[in-house]
Amino acid sequence: MTRKAKRLYSIGAMLVVVGGALGLVLTALSSSVAYFQSPTDLVNNAPGPAQRIRLGGLVEDGSVKRDDGSSHITFRVTDTVDSVPVSYTGILPDLFREGQGVIAEGTLGPDRVFAADTVLAKHDENYMPKEVVDDLKARGLWEDGKGLVKKPQETVSATQVGAGS
Amino acid sequence: MIVEIGHFALVLSLAVAMVQSVLPIIGARKGDERLMETGAIAATGGFVLIGISFAALMSSYVTSDFSVLNVAENSNSLQPLLYKFTSTWGNHEGSMLLWVLILAFFGSLVALFGRDLPATLKANVLSVQAWILTAFLLFILLTSNPFERLDPAPMEGQDLNPILQDIGLAIHPPMLYLGYVGFSIAFSFAIAALIDGRIDAAWARWVRPWTLIAWIFLTLGIAMGSYWAYYELGWGGWWFWDPVENASFMPWLAGTALLHSALVMEKRSALKIWTILLAILTFSLSLLGTFLVRSGVLTSVHAFATDPTRGVFILCILCLFIGGALFLFALRAPSLAGGGLFAPISREGALVFNNLFLTTAAATVLVGTLYPLVLEVVAGQKISVGAPFFDLTFGPLMVPLLFAVPFGPLLGWKRGDLLGAAQRLYFAAGCALAALVGVLAFTGGTRVLTAFGFALAFWLLAGSLTDLFLRAAFLKVGWRTGLSRLLGLPSSAFGATLAHFGLGVTLLGIVSVSSFQQELITSMAPGKTAEIAGYTLSFDRIDQRPGPNFDAQAATFTVRQGGVEMTKIETSKRFFPVRQMTTTESGIWTHWFSQLYLSLGDPSPDLQTIVVRIWWKPFVTLIWIGTVFMGLGGVFSLADRRLRVGAPTRSRRKAAGRDAALGAGA
Repeated sequence: MTRKAKRLYSIGAMLVVVGGALGLVLTALSSSVAYFQSPTDLVNNAPGPAQRIRLGGLVEDGSVKRDDGSSHITFRVTDTVDSVPVSYTGILPDLFREGQGVIAEGTLGPDRVFAADTVLAKHDENYMPKEVVDDLKARGLWEDGKGLVKKPQETVSATQVGAGS
Repeated sequence: MIVEIGHFALVLSLAVAMVQSVLPIIGARKGDERLMETGAIAATGGFVLIGISFAALMSSYVTSDFSVLNVAENSNSLQPLLYKFTSTWGNHEGSMLLWVLILAFFGSLVALFGRDLPATLKANVLSVQAWILTAFLLFILLTSNPFERLDPAPMEGQDLNPILQDIGLAIHPPMLYLGYVGFSIAFSFAIAALIDGRIDAAWARWVRPWTLIAWIFLTLGIAMGSYWAYYELGWGGWWFWDPVENASFMPWLAGTALLHSALVMEKRSALKIWTILLAILTFSLSLLGTFLVRSGVLTSVHAFATDPTRGVFILCILCLFIGGALFLFALRAPSLAGGGLFAPISREGALVFNNLFLTTAAATVLVGTLYPLVLEVVAGQKISVGAPFFDLTFGPLMVPLLFAVPFGPLLGWKRGDLLGAAQRLYFAAGCALAALVGVLAFTGGTRVLTAFGFALAFWLLAGSLTDLFLRAAFLKVGWRTGLSRLLGLPSSAFGATLAHFGLGVTLLGIVSVSSFQQELITSMAPGKTAEIAGYTLSFDRIDQRPGPNFDAQAATFTVRQGGVEMTKIETSKRFFPVRQMTTTESGIWTHWFSQLYLSLGDPSPDLQTIVVRIWWKPFVTLIWIGTVFMGLGGVFSLADRRLRVGAPTRSRRKAAGRDAALGAGA
């Protein structure tokens, strides 16, 4: 086999594999990517039931309810303007607390209840998910170094959720 | 005082690295041997200096010297001694210091063990190595000085992040860095060769051991990190496709491809340009990983501090080195002569196939990791790319690659016989078919994908052993002679077999856990029982246990099977008052290769019951045992005399090759 034919072969094989991979990537990106939304976004602009959403905000004070004898939990996620009810079955992360930042991943049901399959609240006492802070900042609800400008509930003090940015 | 010595040693090492960046390469240009020799001295001296600096930081951690800002922020006098040691790199500044320490370590290894390298190549390699070292030392000294003082010193430190207070921190980061940073040697060799404009099969033989060492450590480091996350986070998962995990996985994929392509270059002197490019790309991905993890663009347990200037600094280093390397590559690559020809169906062809799929897979992981960052900058949209994306892209790309693995070693160089190789794989195909039928029968024909997964795993396991079996010719010469022939095979043959076998073991674990794991989340009170996978777990008690720097709530369970007590499992939640943080300590019982995994959730408001999460994870440990096989395979390949530079003379090597050829043909 000549060098030229060899090169053609390898380029052909490369195109097939890379093309296939590109196809896979594009399909996966259109179907399996979760978009970040705030409670206000969800209330104003409800997505379809198939769209995966990352809902980010603060856990509303006094909203966490656990069903006795099961691990089913409901709570509300708020961005101080609107709030969305969330239902979740499973173990909540160690740092899940009322008044703290949280990200819930899942889909919005037809009953407007957000069915979460994953709840994230990570790593240290000051942790606010970056997406949540950016979103609150963009709408003037958050200032660097100060935390929340308008408190969602009286019990959430700026020192509790601040310093995360 | 010790702290100042450490700081001074670090500044001095920067000066040494700057000298090393310039003198040896000028020496190589001018053919001045004395200038070239400065490289080895500077590399060793630089390593000693950074070693002193690292030891100084470590000593201030061990003695809890809170007048050092870094120590005050990341340590506590109550921490157990082991964690005082490991706290040294459990933070941004310290981990960067560990990074350059290992970089300098590899540089000094080249200086010490590279005696048989051509003097100009060695000088160039050491200079390129010093460029990287200079950049990162500047980064540390300008943006992340670990020796900054704090005045007045606080009485007590702020404690290490509780998640990191684990034996894993002692092992995972150093191992991972030995891998990550070890690829810098392959990079330096590639750049040195491009500067020289000369490259041949010997180059590949020099580079391969370094790549192998880095690869072994990276393999084990990633596996260790995976197991640590598995037992520490209490989520029961072993891989999350988290960007930080991907950051270490991409260099692994590219490094694996590099190992295979360097093989072609060494044996047949083909794929030169591609191998050089891969060496550059592999370390570029290591640098990219460092950027992703250390710059704070991602929030994770690995991102210790988020200071924008640091991110920009690393980004500049990244662009400089990757851009510069690729520019040099574009300039010089066309002048590198091509090597031996080969047919598409051949050992070389199989290795090209391997490279094609591995690099494409690395590219899809790269897309999945960077796409959210790019989209946020460009369109301001925030998305997350998680496991579903990677399952859809990475998974399908691995299937043809894994299927092809057993064929590779059975194909001859230059021109292979696919039909012949397929015939020799009858036994492996039989195993795969048996697994397929067995799983289908076991699940009542409902789990077709699972069955194919098992079939692929057994195909890999049996297929990888086939090569050794045939080379020993057990069937032809009988067991006794066969065994002695087996022991006479070059250790690289064992290396490839072990690594491929390990891949099969890991795949078996992955398929088994993802298809047959059982999960039970339930709210339990002491005295109650739960059933999972034929085991009965009774919740004995929950009690308070004070630790050195935390308070633990420990729950004890008794596991019974058919009424017989098998073991007790303890799982706990730890509360760290200094950081006001809770961590989950999962309780794990390993039974053969499977595990029963328990973690605690929240207590009910009346404190009468507590949520318990129980998993049965069949054959889960195979995932990590497989990586140990892969690492062992690397060690065997490394031990091969062919790679011991200067050890075998040309004639002896040829004779050994002839024996092996005869053995394979007989």
